[in-house]
Amino acid sequence: MDDDLYRDFILEHYKRPRNFGELEPHDLDAHEFNPLCGDELGVQIRVADERIADLRFNGHGCAISQAAASIASEELIGMAVKEAAALDADWLLELLGINISATRRKCALLSLKVLRHAITGEGTWPQDATQGAHPDR
Amino acid sequence: MASPNGAATELDIRADFPILTRTLRGRPLVYLDSSSTSQKPESVLAAIDDFYRAHNANIHRGVYPLALEADALFEGARERIAAFTGAPTRSTVFTSNVTAAINLVAYSWARTNLRAGDAVLITEMEHHSNIVPWQLATQATGAQLRYLDVGEDGTLSLQQLDEELARGDVALVALAHLSNVLGTINPIAEIVERAHSAGALVLVDGAQAVPQIPVNVSEIGADFYAWTGHKALGPTGIGVLHADSALLEAMPPFLAGGDMIEAVERQRSSWKELPWKFEAGTTMIAEAVGLGAAVDYLSALGMERVREHERELVAYTLTQLGALPGVRTYGPPSPDDRGGVVSFVVEGVHPHDVAELLGRENVCIRASHHCAQPLMAKLGVAATARASFGPYNVRSDVDALVSAVANAQKVFA
Ligand SMILES: Cc1ncc(COP(=O)(O)O)c(C=O)c1O
Repeated sequence: MDDDLYRDFILEHYKRPRNFGELEPHDLDAHEFNPLCGDELGVQIRVADERIADLRFNGHGCAISQAAASIASEELIGMAVKEAAALDADWLLELLGINISATRRKCALLSLKVLRHAITGEGTWPQDATQGAHPDR
Repeated sequence: MASPNGAATELDIRADFPILTRTLRGRPLVYLDSSSTSQKPESVLAAIDDFYRAHNANIHRGVYPLALEADALFEGARERIAAFTGAPTRSTVFTSNVTAAINLVAYSWARTNLRAGDAVLITEMEHHSNIVPWQLATQATGAQLRYLDVGEDGTLSLQQLDEELARGDVALVALAHLSNVLGTINPIAEIVERAHSAGALVLVDGAQAVPQIPVNVSEIGADFYAWTGHKALGPTGIGVLHADSALLEAMPPFLAGGDMIEAVERQRSSWKELPWKFEAGTTMIAEAVGLGAAVDYLSALGMERVREHERELVAYTLTQLGALPGVRTYGPPSPDDRGGVVSFVVEGVHPHDVAELLGRENVCIRASHHCAQPLMAKLGVAATARASFGPYNVRSDVDALVSAVANAQKVFA
């Protein structure tokens, strides 16, 4: 299938997500839900010298949310905490490099939301994530 | 009506639904999300259009001929809608949807009648619309909210119902007639009888039942029976509450304002008689006319035939989907015990991804918690995929579903 969304690397990250599991001890953590489908994503972060020394995501969700977290995790480890807190939707969407419909943006951006929550104490959706359709029914 | 391929009750009505001619990159629309909202036949669209073009005026106010026409269309629709579900016209109240109908009861009845020490009994298979209003009403009154379990086979236990009722504190049993996730058809008349014997009232959420199976509200005997127009081939913005008229008489108004009053003095007012006491403000006039046309359409089809048709589609779906390795369906095993709803999960493919991949083939299904998170928790899943049927669906829609699910499995293989 000629598919823009379910590219091989997305499916690969979905089936074998990087940096998933528990991180003990850790300095920061948070847990978030995607109201669209009840998916859950948590993150645990260890900080050293104001950088993300190590990080693990955990939870369950669709291919897009899991792959996005996995792909983001590879970039996040080693990044300055301040820099990570300021990451926006474009950063992640460019990193993924796939065409994501408005409804599925939330799936991809859940990892950024939970990351922000862990660092700043507030889980706000990155701009661009809020234009999805009605969450359920 | 039997045909050689065994589809005894295929209804030849697709041409009545204009939207079904839409295609996506040459693929026909396979609409399998009717439990979410149904498609509308030409006659419903025409009735709404005709109302606005030829008869539009506000109701219950004017004395000029056009206003009388609007009155007659609106109240005529109410009569036909009440007759369709076997309910008295006088105690058939229009609300904006089933959620609003349940809230009417949760405010107007529950907050004046529930006491600390009372219990509201609901079930694990309820839609959020029949959970959250009871959470708020019990919190406001100090009453308790309890749940009946959903068993492995997707059904309720009448024994557990009896045990709950025997505690002697249940003031209200509120439950779905037909589950929007499992498809379970609850033995509603039986439940009403047992609840009444124990002195409890019953509210039935008929959102899924009215469009799918024959429903006679008087025979069921529930104190409140609520449903929603847009799932029953009608327009959005209209719901129906059938209720015991003595209860409605005793209940205070829910929303107050114009149209529901008899006389307004500076400090107090008196209410119109039923059903208008519960219809404040300019109400859903064109929507009622549209829903009137929808029940005419369903009556002409015959709800027995609609039911039989959907039962066959479900039987076929359970067999065909069940034959795919890695696909699990939920709900009662026998199509006799369930309506036109099949929830399923595909091993290794998240429901969201299933729905997205099916959407590319123009197969429209829902993937979510279906506004039933307590049920999802019970089933141990965050979400399911759900195919649901309307009278316009045909076997080839099921074939398209099954083949698209198999294709989705290949993407994730
Ligand atoms: C069983 C059930 N109850 C309530 C509702 C809510 O309907 P509405 O959104 O029209 O109020 C639905 C559908 O979404 C439903 O399936």
